[in-house]
Amino acid sequence: MTNIFEIAGEVSTFGFRALADLFRRPFEGEQIRRQLAEIGSKSLPLVIASGFALGAVLTLHTRSTLVTFGATAWIPTVQALAFFLEIGPLVTGLLVAGRVGSGIGAVLSNMRATEQIDAIESLSIDSFKFLVVPRIVACTLALPLLTLFLDFAGLLGGFFSEYAASRLSFQLYIARSFSSFEWSNFCAPTLKTAVFGFAIGTISSFLGYTTNEGAEGVGRAATRSVVVSSLLIILVDVLLIKFIFFIFPESAL
Amino acid sequence: MINGQGSAVAFEHVSKSFGAKQVLRDISFDVRAGEALCILGRSGTGKSVTLKLIISLLKPDQGKIWIEQDEVTHLAESELSRVRRKMGFLFQDAALFDSLTLYENLALPLKRLTSKSPEEVDFIVDRVLRQLGLAADEKKMPSELSGGMRKRAGLARALVLEPKILLADEPNSGLDRITSSEIDDLLLLQKEEHKTALVVVTHDVRGARRVGDRIVVLDKGKLIADGSFAEIEHSENEVARHLVTE
Repeated sequence: MTNIFEIAGEVSTFGFRALADLFRRPFEGEQIRRQLAEIGSKSLPLVIASGFALGAVLTLHTRSTLVTFGATAWIPTVQALAFFLEIGPLVTGLLVAGRVGSGIGAVLSNMRATEQIDAIESLSIDSFKFLVVPRIVACTLALPLLTLFLDFAGLLGGFFSEYAASRLSFQLYIARSFSSFEWSNFCAPTLKTAVFGFAIGTISSFLGYTTNEGAEGVGRAATRSVVVSSLLIILVDVLLIKFIFFIFPESAL
Repeated sequence: MINGQGSAVAFEHVSKSFGAKQVLRDISFDVRAGEALCILGRSGTGKSVTLKLIISLLKPDQGKIWIEQDEVTHLAESELSRVRRKMGFLFQDAALFDSLTLYENLALPLKRLTSKSPEEVDFIVDRVLRQLGLAADEKKMPSELSGGMRKRAGLARALVLEPKILLADEPNSGLDRITSSEIDDLLLLQKEEHKTALVVVTHDVRGARRVGDRIVVLDKGKLIADGSFAEIEHSENEVARHLVTE
């Protein structure tokens, strides 16, 4: 138990150090841009494809239930609320934890094992600022954007599924989707994914950067990054939902 | 000439442990400017640790380490950064940055640590790559280079800031005799043309004989011999004598 608190303390210190270093020169703009491309752009196909498929499947399931109550007109609304409030943020977080978290853990631990981090330090370059800070920043910035892509891909998937069943027009589908929508339904859940991104970036970077187990440690760091990041996202999600309900009581529906 | 007076590198009673394992015990030696020192010893005797202590990637438990006039064991990070710029480090497996091209590997320290214009950076990288016979490979990723090319690329990166002290960790490991000899030639050229002090950790006795002005032999964390090749060949210490015999 003491060990868990010890590790939690180390990870927190690691994250706070990254935040403090973010505002220290040099600002690592080029590295952040590089990581945004790696983390953001390269995750886009996976996120869009997953969102589209989830949207289509969710509509198929809700339709079969709502038909019983004669409430099929609510399908777009249910779809939009489900995606923007919870499915989008959580699924994007888990997808990115899988794709990016494992990548960050593996890359950094491999750099440690092959002395690349030592090489950076030997060149008088702060390896933490050069390698860790850009990855955490990129994860934090990319997650909300990727979430939006997954949300809209989910709506599109839902539309095609609904169109196949009822020939509902796109305009009407969109109008119904956002008929019961408030800004708080949209902003708070989307922005909370920045916290997910920070958690993924910090955990994966910590496990990769601090590992010192040679080649064997590379695979281990990658696996641990995914498992710990995913668990942390789910835990943080519960806490943030409580917080959002407290700040925006109207979003508790 | 211990305590940094006139030395490029000096160790003064340095000890280092990792947990219960003592890797270096009370080591003292120095390397003069423009001199090539080769460190020989069996595997696991603290040779690579010695190099990492010199460049302050590790801190000693006891003792003092001098880089020219600076005693580095208690320097703050910003001061260490200034001292490290005097040194270049050729890592055992070159440690090139996987995600950068060869050109970017060399340009990185120039862009980060100097105020040189992009044209000047291009010029310097091009010159160093040509010197090391890698001019045609600047766009290649490290994974596309052969073992010998990687070593030369690692050396190119270590030399790009024109260091006064060059540290090389087993520069000949994993190389055939011809490529190994080419690396030795490059180290010698650096020493002779630029008066760079060399500290070379090696198992290659033939290479050490060619490159080294002086030899230090480590065994079980202790310095057991320090002198010229001829002196160590006639040393009373059997391990030292055995290590320098080809």
